[in-house]
Amino acid sequence: MSTAVPLVTVHAPRRGGRAVGLLRGTGPAGIASAGVIGVATVVAAIGPLLAPFSPTLPNLALSFVGPTGGHALGFDYEGRDVLSRLLAGAQSSMLGPLAVVIGALLAGTLLAVIAAWRRGVVDAVISSGLDILFAFPGILLAVLAAAVFGAGLPAAAISLAIAYMPYVARVLRGAALKERSQPYVAALEVQGASATTICLRHIVPNVMPLIVAQATILFGYAMVDLAAVSFLGLGVQPPAANWGVMISENQVGIPQGYPLPALAAGGCIVAVVIAFNILGERLFEQAQARQ
Amino acid sequence: MNVVPEARSMNTVPAGAGQAAATVPSAEPLLEVDGLTVRLRVEGAQRSVLRDVSISVSAGEAVGLVGESGSGKSMTARAIDRLLPRGAEVSGQIRYDGVDVMTLSGAALRGYRNQVAMIFQDPRAHVNPVRRIGDFMTEALRTNLDVPAAEANRRAADMLDQVGIADGERRLRQYPHELSGGMLQRVTIATALLTEPKLLLADEPTTALDVTTQAEVMAILDDLRREFGLAMLFITHDLELAAAICDRTAVMYAGQIVEVRESALLHDDPLHPYTAALSAARPDIAQTATRLAAIPGRPLSAFEAPDSECAFAPRCPHAQDICRAENPELIGLDGGLSRCARAIELRGRLLLEPAEGGQADV
Amino acid sequence: MLVASLLVASFVIFGALYLAPGNPIAALSGGRSLPPSSLKVLEARYHLNQPFFAQYWYWLSNALHGNLGISITLRENVTTLIASRVWTTAGLVLYASLIILVLGIGMGLLGGLRPGWLDTSVLVSSAISAAIPSFVAAIVLIALFAVKLGWFPALGNGTDLVSNLRHLTLPAFALALSSLAIVARVTRSAIREEAEREHVQTAVSRGIPRRQLVRRHILRNAAIPITTISGITIASLIAVAAVVETAFSLNGLGAYLVTSAQDKDLAVVQGISLVLVSAFVVINVAVDLAYAVLDPRVKLGSRAT
Repeated sequence: MSTAVPLVTVHAPRRGGRAVGLLRGTGPAGIASAGVIGVATVVAAIGPLLAPFSPTLPNLALSFVGPTGGHALGFDYEGRDVLSRLLAGAQSSMLGPLAVVIGALLAGTLLAVIAAWRRGVVDAVISSGLDILFAFPGILLAVLAAAVFGAGLPAAAISLAIAYMPYVARVLRGAALKERSQPYVAALEVQGASATTICLRHIVPNVMPLIVAQATILFGYAMVDLAAVSFLGLGVQPPAANWGVMISENQVGIPQGYPLPALAAGGCIVAVVIAFNILGERLFEQAQARQ
Repeated sequence: MNVVPEARSMNTVPAGAGQAAATVPSAEPLLEVDGLTVRLRVEGAQRSVLRDVSISVSAGEAVGLVGESGSGKSMTARAIDRLLPRGAEVSGQIRYDGVDVMTLSGAALRGYRNQVAMIFQDPRAHVNPVRRIGDFMTEALRTNLDVPAAEANRRAADMLDQVGIADGERRLRQYPHELSGGMLQRVTIATALLTEPKLLLADEPTTALDVTTQAEVMAILDDLRREFGLAMLFITHDLELAAAICDRTAVMYAGQIVEVRESALLHDDPLHPYTAALSAARPDIAQTATRLAAIPGRPLSAFEAPDSECAFAPRCPHAQDICRAENPELIGLDGGLSRCARAIELRGRLLLEPAEGGQADV
Repeated sequence: MLVASLLVASFVIFGALYLAPGNPIAALSGGRSLPPSSLKVLEARYHLNQPFFAQYWYWLSNALHGNLGISITLRENVTTLIASRVWTTAGLVLYASLIILVLGIGMGLLGGLRPGWLDTSVLVSSAISAAIPSFVAAIVLIALFAVKLGWFPALGNGTDLVSNLRHLTLPAFALALSSLAIVARVTRSAIREEAEREHVQTAVSRGIPRRQLVRRHILRNAAIPITTISGITIASLIAVAAVVETAFSLNGLGAYLVTSAQDKDLAVVQGISLVLVSAFVVINVAVDLAYAVLDPRVKLGSRAT
């Protein structure tokens, strides 16, 4: 008579359920990529704790010694354990891009939604401004910022965020314009909902899959660009651990026959970037299919 | 038996003057589709789109092919024009001038394509947007028939005049996006006629146009066809339209031909319940009705229809057990054909108020 | 748009002087202490006692006349310093562009026109190489082709034309690698898409022979997105060249930009930035022009997203 007790009670919160559904739709490649990203995130979070040896203490006697017991990847140019340095370096290598992406997304989404909502002159002004920003390649802006403000991660991250913003804004503006012209928006307006409410509660959530996809793809690019800036010596400064810095530091080892430290750092970057690229593309396809 | 185009003299401008319209069908049909069955590969599975379709068109005759979406009418035209997608399974024969079209290749195939011209539904999608109109119109002439450019352009301009587009030379230099939909469709009709074909395949040529333009383009198509004495297979979802310009009309449902009839008799004396229902469903502007007559249910595609019964049975007001026993064959009746198991008994009564299904008729 | 972009860009580049912490003198001198006579020279040259926009105007008009100021570190004309290095960078970017166009479009064509294993291998290899940043590619190429195999020199510029080419080969490939992948992918999908279009069906139904069909209807139409993506990726090479030049110790504008940024030689940084941004904008404009030529539906100045 009474309702049978279900054997499995599913209490997925609405957001969590959505995320899982999104992920499942990306196929095996997407899920594998998400796995790689998950690992990298975990390492970024607790990397320094995981490192078996000190990532920063130099010991020149061990400079460029190859892999031996306990040191799976050998030593870098200053005699530090490569594996430990990689694990510790994950932090700045992942946090930097995260800051860039968050910055670009916030600014880009804001501008895109405003341009799409107001249309007309406001849209024209914003679009022209964004068009002009397109003239600045990210790395160039970062170098300029380094010259002016001094080398360091914050300046680089901010300049990259500014350089990426127009790409985000362009994609989102198109999607937001489409949403704007949907009948439900007009209905809400008639009912007296304010512009902010409609934008925040309805338009943004509806383009959220696109935002997430963009964020993922952007993370890959940000990672490459930031690592490049660090490689140039204008981002994260040695002796801090960072994958880009590690490539630059250990580059001298290559002609001497010790490519492993530099290649290992490069490998980490490539692996994570591939994962973000694949996942981002799949998410993008999904988001477009829904539109 | 000859599908390679005969050498035409350079002076032959298909102006039509003096060419009598041949509406009397000759003994051997120009196009014969015989038991055509087509299956397409969709998402890994083989899906039936045409089932045992047979139809013939004689020289100078216009045959209409009517059906709703999914009935297979467009697919029939594509099969005839050998435009089926890769991986399509085709059985049965399509004979043009006695030769099996599926066996053609190389020069013979090109010759066939010159003789059979297809006019598509959406002109904007079917004309290359980055090439000029003149280029589009004369491409086949220059490539396949080795007509020099100047001569080809002249013929194209003349043909534009025939379809009612003035100032042909200027139009030839324009791009497709500079022309309206109606004008562009006239251009495609003109282009189709340039290679002096004997058979036109018109796949819903006016559906994508707005209503006023439809009438104009239809008139041009009909006039020119008669003037040049061309055979035509006219595909449409509009029963009245087909009946108006075609000598005979065939009706398709779920990938099969369900009726073939002389157009004049189709409206007043249909031989298949589906045709009657289509006729009845068209609102009559002269009368008021409390409810629009509609056929209950939705049209089936070929792959959804079971082979074991009449495909229309679930929606047919006259359906009885015999209809569900097996897929009916085409029966000859009064010069036409019907794929209705009860065709003979229902003859003459299909347009009356439909009896309840299952009731025994006296 | 071209002019506006350049103006705004130059404004930002110039304005960097004032964004820097401290006063413009400190920025120009890069934190070094200078004798008062040098300071006076700087003040006069940059018109520092004039209002902001006047300074901007002087700087810009000087720049347009080829006077980009003096390098603090090397005490030479920035313009001269740039001129001696610009050919290395130009050569590198040109070489890399050639690789991208020939290999990228070539692979894309093969993949797009012939389905099957060729296509799959194009897709897979481009997915992988797209993710390899140029400096990682640089070290891999050095490790493999220069150190291990000894086919190409690892670093430096080379002396004459032939050795220049040899020295530029690995850098050019490092620069081209990830862009190559994008161009190949876009080419492939553009061709695939065009092949499915209805107007191609029309041409088939009229008996147009396959070779002509591919040339006049598929390739011609696909040229639009292919040209656009090629142009965009080549433009982006300008910035990334700096990284590759540094990795290979090439004496180009990019590497010099980096070192002067490290040295806080602001005049040089501004000068090089101006040149690079201008080149970037010019290439983008060229792409817009090409797009308008290839697609008659499009008016000049607009580019479909």
